[in-house]
Amino acid sequence: MKHSKIGLLYILPWLAGMIFLTLYPFVNALVISFTDYNLVRKPNFVGFENYISLFRDADFLSTLTATVKYTIFTVPLQLTFALFIAYILNFKLKGINFYRTAYYIPSLLGGNVAVAVLWRFLFQQDGFINRFIGLFGAAPIPWLSSPNGAMAVIVLLKVWQFGSSMLIFLAALKDVPQELYEAASVDGSSRFYSFFRITIPLITPTIFFNLVMQMVNAFQEFNGPYLVTGRGPLSATYLTSMYIYDNAFKYFNMGYASAASWVLFIIIMGVTAILFATQNKWVFYSDEGN
Amino acid sequence: MNGLSKLERRRHRRDLISAVIRYGILTAVALVMIYPILWLVGATFKTNNEIFTTVNFIPKRIDFTPYIEGWKTRTQFTFTTFFLNTFQYVIPKILFCLVSSTLVAYGFARFQFPFRKFFFSLLMATMFLPAVVTRIPLYLLWKNLGLLDTYVPLIAPTIFANEPFFVFMLIQFLRSIPTYLDEAATVDGCNSFEILIRILLPALKPAIVSCTIFQFIWSFNDFLGPLIYVTSLSKYPVALALKMSIDQSSGIVEWNQILAMSFLALLPALILFFAAQKYFVEGITSTGAKG
Repeated sequence: MKHSKIGLLYILPWLAGMIFLTLYPFVNALVISFTDYNLVRKPNFVGFENYISLFRDADFLSTLTATVKYTIFTVPLQLTFALFIAYILNFKLKGINFYRTAYYIPSLLGGNVAVAVLWRFLFQQDGFINRFIGLFGAAPIPWLSSPNGAMAVIVLLKVWQFGSSMLIFLAALKDVPQELYEAASVDGSSRFYSFFRITIPLITPTIFFNLVMQMVNAFQEFNGPYLVTGRGPLSATYLTSMYIYDNAFKYFNMGYASAASWVLFIIIMGVTAILFATQNKWVFYSDEGN
Repeated sequence: MNGLSKLERRRHRRDLISAVIRYGILTAVALVMIYPILWLVGATFKTNNEIFTTVNFIPKRIDFTPYIEGWKTRTQFTFTTFFLNTFQYVIPKILFCLVSSTLVAYGFARFQFPFRKFFFSLLMATMFLPAVVTRIPLYLLWKNLGLLDTYVPLIAPTIFANEPFFVFMLIQFLRSIPTYLDEAATVDGCNSFEILIRILLPALKPAIVSCTIFQFIWSFNDFLGPLIYVTSLSKYPVALALKMSIDQSSGIVEWNQILAMSFLALLPALILFFAAQKYFVEGITSTGAKG
């Protein structure tokens, strides 16, 4: 690698963007959160008032509960499923490309409004899902009209998009040396045992990466609930990102919404920090990698 | 000659059973994954009545009326406008993103400069930085510049290589290209920019194709960006137009038309995906994708 300050010149676009489109707004959000700015009046400094009101605001607290619930259901389900399927796909199988494609398509299309339209449609009272389970004699489930049903619908929408986590797991599984399995097999250990004693420990860095990524994303989920269930019955799917959106871009309470976004940010960072702190207990990095 | 011992035969049978189980699971899951999309395609040809009465995805007849009527919309605009609007920001986003991300990745991958490590950590950190926290100040920034209800707020950030995913992917790729090519070119009198353009760019082609595809699909699918910044109907992209169509619940909702337009909205991503599948898998696995 060349020692040259010209490198700085090449990264300049990113550096400028970092300062003006990331760091500045990031700090600015904190500043605005201490004001009563609403686009009309001149902003006044109000100290911690927004934060105090937030924690007395039953609506906000309910969005936090819903968001935590959503994250707790979505992330483990999605990752377990992704790992399980990646594990099966990692055996030398014919037609692996077909399966890989089939599993990846939902992740690819997932962000599109069209998928939300479809989802809303499938889970209606007289929709496809209820008619399908009806074939087996099950009673229709009030998916969109009950709090738990609505939560299940948006969780399923996210879990359905497990494809990109799966591909990352698949790449990690391919790096596990085959000899290790052979050695274990000679020693007489079962596949089940090898999976938990060899595979899982070796891919913990990937599990950790996927866990943090998906967790950060789940806490900020917007599209799914906004488009499919809306607030949901009893605000069951009214997540914090939607609450921030409503306050900022519908009611223009910029100060209040910024405070809410900082609370969400601190929660996300807190959980990330906890995950990082537990890292040396369960994540094994091999010596060779950087 | 009995070639297989009892033990081998038993193992053979066990392998066969586990292969059957594996294929069984894989196929069942694949069906669950793909059925909603197949059903969507089928439903676009069905009458409203048929949509609500049958589980089968194959329509009774092929009728393009939902497509024709859906394309017209209930507004003064047609989906022609909404598709053209979408491309008006998707294409510049792709171009700017490619140029800026390549330059930045080249800087990080090939040069040693002051604070390099620090900047690189910062780049990594932004992968995990929740976008929700910068959304409001960015809106105020574009508002103060008088650029609301334009595509500038959607496009401009890509000039500054604002998506670390792309920068990462290109850095990883650049690292895999041996530096002796650069060195040889330096001896021949090329400056660093000429090396990038003449030597590295051709070698980067697969990574650049991946970036293009991902940026296309993500920009095309983006909903929250247009929702915040685009307000007039004449500037609506496909994503907002679709959202509008499901909100118009007055009167009879022509579900087959909405589903037909939904399918058309998915089509560009699907076509691109099948045309360039291998680049996708490479891209995702080299960096880890968002979403």
